[in-house]
Amino acid sequence: MSSKFQVPRSKLARFVVSRVAFYLLVTLIAAFFALPMLWLVLTPFNPRGTLAAEIPTAPTLANFQLVFANTFAMRALLNSAILGTGAMLLVTLVATLAAYALSRTDVPGRDLLIYALILFSSVVTGTAAMVPIFLMMFYLKLIDTHLGVILVCTGGLLPTAIFIMRDFVEGLPRSYEESALVSGARPWQMFADVVLPLVRPGMMVVAIWAFVNVWGTFLIPFILLRSPTNMPASVAIYSFYTEAGTPIITLTSSYALLFAFPVLVLYLLINWRYGFRFFGGIKR
Amino acid sequence: MTKGSLILSRRTGFLFLLPTLCFVALFILFPFVWVFVLSFTNQTLTGVTAVQSKFVGLANYLRLLNFDTWMTRGEFGNALRISAQFVFGSAIIGQAGLGLLIAWAFHNRKGTLRETVYTLIILAWIIPDVVVAFTWMAFLDRDKGTLNAVLQLLHLARVDWLIQQPVLSIIIFNTWRGTAFSMLLFSSALATIPPSYLETAEVAGASAWQKFQDIIFPLIRNHVLTDIILITLWTFNTFSPFLITGGGPAFKSELVSIHTFRIAFQFFEFGRGGAIAVTMMVINLILALTYLTVLRRQEVRR
Repeated sequence: MSSKFQVPRSKLARFVVSRVAFYLLVTLIAAFFALPMLWLVLTPFNPRGTLAAEIPTAPTLANFQLVFANTFAMRALLNSAILGTGAMLLVTLVATLAAYALSRTDVPGRDLLIYALILFSSVVTGTAAMVPIFLMMFYLKLIDTHLGVILVCTGGLLPTAIFIMRDFVEGLPRSYEESALVSGARPWQMFADVVLPLVRPGMMVVAIWAFVNVWGTFLIPFILLRSPTNMPASVAIYSFYTEAGTPIITLTSSYALLFAFPVLVLYLLINWRYGFRFFGGIKR
Repeated sequence: MTKGSLILSRRTGFLFLLPTLCFVALFILFPFVWVFVLSFTNQTLTGVTAVQSKFVGLANYLRLLNFDTWMTRGEFGNALRISAQFVFGSAIIGQAGLGLLIAWAFHNRKGTLRETVYTLIILAWIIPDVVVAFTWMAFLDRDKGTLNAVLQLLHLARVDWLIQQPVLSIIIFNTWRGTAFSMLLFSSALATIPPSYLETAEVAGASAWQKFQDIIFPLIRNHVLTDIILITLWTFNTFSPFLITGGGPAFKSELVSIHTFRIAFQFFEFGRGGAIAVTMMVINLILALTYLTVLRRQEVRR
């Protein structure tokens, strides 16, 4: 305490300067991240939306009615839901099985498999991976099918999903499984009756993460799908143009907000249930 | 790794792993091998070479690395240069730099202000690509965009961002888009620093910068390295800027990922596209191996 009274002025000055600097910095950062979103929040409710972020003088839900009345737009949202749900179920099931096996057996080369997974999933990715994958889908006659998109998305998400799951599986006590086996349960029975209920939180996290990823994905359906009726919303959103070739802002902006809505809800759910944090091998 | 008792036999374990092995073989290993094969052929999607593609040796690579023309707009060298600027500007300076600054500014602070700012930054990270792309096209619009409106308020000149500054535009966009990851990673890294270290420095009268340089940075150096390698890898492969600039105007913002897309999926020249894809994957492989080396070193140290 005594040192505080010896140099009060420089301490006070430093305190004031650091406070001012902090609030200035935070204001700038908040502005940088919030300003681009203004348009997305305001324009859908503006009857005459433009590219300007204007507070609507007479807020309306008419733009959303326009979207709901547009069968093509609604069909595309349904397609997104089909792709998201399909890949979500497949990723969650396959990743849970794999993460469990990696944790509870001594399959030879287990560690090598884990390293190879991280390595190759980050190498074979993006547009570079789509070159051979497109041709493969072409020869398998899976171009322009939802199944093709679901399989490719699952392949891409699986390695990370296994890492997220591993965190949860490693945290389970083994005693339940051991006593189930001792009392004569088959491995599959034990997995279904004992393990699955215990790893449900992990499966929830993986499922939501996979759904959000596939729901928003653009590149894979853009390359693999052809017919308008198959397109998910991420691709279909580029169809709302006037005959002059300019986007119909009212429709596009409300559709964009509608499309982002499930992601926001699921984020809030994850945040509320588990707290938003890193899952899996990334956190170090 | 703890070796507990074995719950599953090897055979059952293998069965559990089988679906994963199929997916990995089909969608990761096989494409990786096939793209090498493709890159030595003149495979296209339509025409004679679609049915009877021929082995063309290194022709695709020689064309890619033809140093007389490769820096011309729309060629590979130019795309590589733009990608390097993009990764340096948006990943290393932008995401890692800004993420560290934010994590440091909010270190040991709690409350609504932190929650609000963190939520904003995380939202920018999780909203679907196409939604942020439309939002940013509106934000950067020359006549009505919010950014130019702000510049005008500050009595600065309006800029036609997407036409005059396409690379700077996608750098700022990608910084906005991805800072959340670095921020969260650095936040959890900073949370592990014992408060007593900083208190001691405080008593000794160290300035904020001295504290950062001498105490904080050495303790989180490995996190910084991990972060930079991962976001470099992701930023190098991202396709999102295509949704804002389309690689233009006149190929000025054509990243390697967009270049690959144009050659393979607009011209349907898979041999040539394959050669570019192989080059991309080799760059990815170097980054991923560096990452694994860092991880292994950390584990050995522990």
